[in-house]
Amino acid sequence: MTCHPVARVDDQAVATSYRTVAVVGPPNSGKTTLYNRLTGLRQKVGNFPGVTVEHHIGYIRDQAGEEIALIDLPGIYSLIPKSEDERVAVEVLHGTMPGMPRPDAVIVVLNSNNLNSHLVLAARVIALGLPTLVLLNMADELHKQNGAVDVLALARELGTPVALVSATTGVGLAAVTNFLSSSAPAPEPLELPVIGNTRSVREWAVRVGESANYRRPATPVWTRRLDSIFLHRTWGPVIFLAVVIAVFQMIFIAGKPLQDLIQGFLDSTGAWIGQAMPDGLLRSLLINGVWKGVGSVVVFLPQILLLFLVIGILEDSGYLARAAVIADRTMSRVGLNGKSFIPLLSAYACAVPAIMATRTIESKRDRIATILIAPFMTCSARLPVYTMVIAAFLPGRPLLGPFLNTRAAAMLGLYVLGFLMAVLTARVLKSTILRSKDAPFILEMPPYRWPQASSLALRLVDRGKAFLYRAGTVILLVTLLLWAATNFPMHNGQPPAIQDSVVASVGHAIEPVIRPLGFDWKIGVGLVTSLAAREVIIATLGTINGIDASVHEFDLQTALRHELSLPGAVALLVFFAFAMQCMSTLAVVRRETNGWKWPAAQFAYMTVVAYISAYAAYHITGYFMR
Amino acid sequence: MIFNFVFGRRQREKRTTSALSDLQVGERAIVRELELDHPVAEHLMNLGFVPGLEVSVERSGPGGDPRVYRVEGTEVAMRRELSRHIHVSLVGAPAFGD
Repeated sequence: MTCHPVARVDDQAVATSYRTVAVVGPPNSGKTTLYNRLTGLRQKVGNFPGVTVEHHIGYIRDQAGEEIALIDLPGIYSLIPKSEDERVAVEVLHGTMPGMPRPDAVIVVLNSNNLNSHLVLAARVIALGLPTLVLLNMADELHKQNGAVDVLALARELGTPVALVSATTGVGLAAVTNFLSSSAPAPEPLELPVIGNTRSVREWAVRVGESANYRRPATPVWTRRLDSIFLHRTWGPVIFLAVVIAVFQMIFIAGKPLQDLIQGFLDSTGAWIGQAMPDGLLRSLLINGVWKGVGSVVVFLPQILLLFLVIGILEDSGYLARAAVIADRTMSRVGLNGKSFIPLLSAYACAVPAIMATRTIESKRDRIATILIAPFMTCSARLPVYTMVIAAFLPGRPLLGPFLNTRAAAMLGLYVLGFLMAVLTARVLKSTILRSKDAPFILEMPPYRWPQASSLALRLVDRGKAFLYRAGTVILLVTLLLWAATNFPMHNGQPPAIQDSVVASVGHAIEPVIRPLGFDWKIGVGLVTSLAAREVIIATLGTINGIDASVHEFDLQTALRHELSLPGAVALLVFFAFAMQCMSTLAVVRRETNGWKWPAAQFAYMTVVAYISAYAAYHITGYFMR
Repeated sequence: MIFNFVFGRRQREKRTTSALSDLQVGERAIVRELELDHPVAEHLMNLGFVPGLEVSVERSGPGGDPRVYRVEGTEVAMRRELSRHIHVSLVGAPAFGD
């Protein structure tokens, strides 16, 4: 398959096989599908140090049975290190990325339907001088749409082996195993006018395409037909709304029973383990610490997997790009782009899957901005807290006839409050530290395709694993810490009443700080324990007052009225609307941004906003009550 | 006569080079210049917005912004705030269908 002068082989080491091979390709080249096809489940996710860019390392065997590591690099158009993605790719290819061996060879994946644009990247990669295999992906679409390319002529022009493949059907992938086993010599340095500016490389690419008799395929007729509906002036937004409602229902309504099912299973197994063990600290640690911690991790899985399934279908089918176009006009008013819409919407169910879903946003700044505002959306864990406090303090009276009573109105007000703070924060962020002048909204529209079940399944496994390993460990750790704080110091080998525990001391310690909001130390304890999950404050207040909150809800309401004045209750609601009372969200933000910088900033910002707003709410309500 | 000549020429000039954002849906033009900062221009060129290539306006999103453009088989959506800075020269009459 190679067509080099034999003379070049001798300066190549006698390596029998490559150890490390990098896979690069532009976005929308089908690189990920191809990569998944090659490595299957034998891959792990990691972050490069100091950047949000994620990579996969997968393993594949060559014909001799030797294991070769395939590094999947981010989708890039060029090797000029401007964006974080490009910098990472360049560093890995040059072998300067810490902790990553220099690849022995490169596989370049291009979309054969868009060769003239994509050859630009190939030129730049070939110019690095590593043994290179060029794969022209999506051959099935090329042939179906009456396109053509002379692979041998192209290989001659590029000086590297070239193969026409289809990652979805698997056609032509033998070329990869051949390449990996062959130790092809490094390519003859291309006569590249090439490394200069993009325009000259582009002109070179057109010339190379011509000499390889490249015929661009026609746009699939279905893509045109569907676009005339999905991007239609009236039907477009209508269909968009229908899709959005379906997604929302899916995570809210289908996710909840699944979540309850898992919770029920964990509770009953916890109880079962508890029966088998003698009463004592170990049992408490195991059930209320470890098992509860595990529970608070896996309980997110149904929502995460469902959301990624839906978004995966939307993304792979090509609709997500259209949805972004439809939503863009609205989102641009708050300084974000259309791609932020679906993640923000899913934050109404839970910020954890929502923040993981922001990875469909290409622009790093928009992605960070979306991550930072997502927790302001009223998630389902806030609902029990809102419901209880509102029920305790606000008599239910009709407000707008039978349609709206005072309690529902208060609830609605809290939703609006969260939304407004999100919009305000987005505006501030986008006009200060996350200004996206350098990264405007530019979106490539892929043709419509049928989503592949195997590719969807792999992504679900990938996301599930990423969440369990990288965020789950933090969540588990914090749950254990909270357990320890409620079970120590011990008295005569017995855990203390909650009033005498470490967590109570924390509550007392922060009392001077929260006193101006109308909160006493008991609410302080609730604020600490609610870090595990917002609704935990209810159970905590129940425990402190000696009331089983799940059975005697009414008693708890009465107790709460003793605890808090009305202004204090309003302050508590406002505090919960704005505060980052959720370590799972923080753990996921850390995982997605690859560091503690953003979650720390977010926690500080939201706490300050919550504190100031609660303070204001306390005094304003107090003023009106006088 | 002279007035007409000047007037007519002015009009034609206005019609032959314009911003991509001024094109109607269905119209085609040749990319002339990207009046944009380097990284953005580079990104657009990687997508196919290279001076000399033909670009057409495929569709318009709701409310007329963003719009979808086509260069060499790639469809790209962008806002007017960006397409304003892409200078093009018109070719032919509006193309209906393909």
